[in-house]
Amino acid sequence: MDPILLAVVIVSAIGLIAGLGLAVASKFMAVPVDEFADEIEAVLPGANCGACGFSGCSGYAAALSKGQTKDTALCAPGGNDVSKEIAKLTGLDAGEVLPSAAVVLCQGFTHNSSAKLNYIGEKSCRMANQLFGGYKECVYGCLGFGDCVNVCRYGAISICHGIARINPALCAACRMCVEACPKNLIEMLPLHTPQSAVLCKNQEKGAVTRKQCKAGCIGCMRCVKVCEFDAVHVENNCAKVDYAKCTACGKCNEVCPVKCIALIDLEKIAGAGKTGT
Amino acid sequence: MAKAFMIILFTGILTENFVLRQFLGICPFLGVSKKRNTAMGMSAAVIFVMVLATAVTFPINKYLLEKNGLEYLQTIVFILVIAALVQLVEIVLKKYVKPLYNALGIYLPLITTNCAVLGVVFLNLEKLAGGDPNFLAYPFSGSLVNSLGAGLGFMLAMFLFAGVRERMENCEVPKFLQGLPITLIAASLTSVSFFGFDGLVEGLFK
Repeated sequence: MDPILLAVVIVSAIGLIAGLGLAVASKFMAVPVDEFADEIEAVLPGANCGACGFSGCSGYAAALSKGQTKDTALCAPGGNDVSKEIAKLTGLDAGEVLPSAAVVLCQGFTHNSSAKLNYIGEKSCRMANQLFGGYKECVYGCLGFGDCVNVCRYGAISICHGIARINPALCAACRMCVEACPKNLIEMLPLHTPQSAVLCKNQEKGAVTRKQCKAGCIGCMRCVKVCEFDAVHVENNCAKVDYAKCTACGKCNEVCPVKCIALIDLEKIAGAGKTGT
Repeated sequence: MAKAFMIILFTGILTENFVLRQFLGICPFLGVSKKRNTAMGMSAAVIFVMVLATAVTFPINKYLLEKNGLEYLQTIVFILVIAALVQLVEIVLKKYVKPLYNALGIYLPLITTNCAVLGVVFLNLEKLAGGDPNFLAYPFSGSLVNSLGAGLGFMLAMFLFAGVRERMENCEVPKFLQGLPITLIAASLTSVSFFGFDGLVEGLFK
């Protein structure tokens, strides 16, 4: 056979076989796409934050479409609007998303806390924390390098006088900052109702805390004694509010000598447009 | 037999490392080496495709092209076959091995006709033609082992370099070097380190 013709025949034959093989394979081994899940995913905010407990928005959408979960209120960033939209699509009852926002439980501003060393390393809380628990005397407090700022996709966190503050008006309750903080200082507080919270996590004895930070909890028990609802307890020299029992009467807030318990009304703060709690 | 395979394998991983010694597959090397886990996903896909491509193109070359004196068609035929094969593998994986598909998924189409994949196929043929004794003894299995070694070498280079880049993220780089320039400098230094393996494999398996 003519060598040119042979070359043409062989290459076209290989191309034809490969093409046919692919066509047949794509027909017989097509994977059905879950269109319903795609529809639900389009409603979700797409932050892929994992606050719902599934692997991102597509995971939550797939679970909803397969009926693995019937809770439409798991998406914290989406809030009630998304819950209603999901309910409309799936025919489930719309659950109510209780709005919450993240709060940094520390008041170790530069004018309150003292430093024990001059840290000039990498500007990262996680790295600074590895060196003697940070540059501050208080090893429980906010280091203010903004690991939380870096993970926040909503621009809700800023560094103010040396520590991180979160703007509840912008916070989408995705919990990314809660995971990012090496000191575990960030907690979610309800947005719809006022709430007393201890803005300190220092577990040293009172005299030591005093030297480390002017706004540190010294464990004096005055808040425990004044509370009528058994909502405040001191554990490891640091007060803690039981949010389930707290009625936000504000009495602990009034008696606290270092003012580390605050009656926080996130909704008011969010409405006033102030930055930071 | 084991000795010949060991020599082929470690030559592929160390002394003839595809990325750092032969400068093949530089685009994925620079493109997906920012994080270690994506680098690992890419490398796994490369190993998989390299071995598979060798297994398929070797018989085609031997029984179809060489028989008819059509070696000059190697490039076009190999590209055609490898591209179709990778697509087919992707379809099959998606249907039957979902976890593997999710792990390799995005990287598989990326390397359909990557130069490293095509390079390993040609290098095997070149070694055979050049009369490498280890290859002449085991033409087909030797080629497969060499492809595996090349893939593992790619993985090693990716892993090392991803580690280097993760460290570099935290460094303050002078402005005129930021981005790709410093990455290329780091790549060349990593490459120089691999020249230290010269003659190692021959000495190991005497």
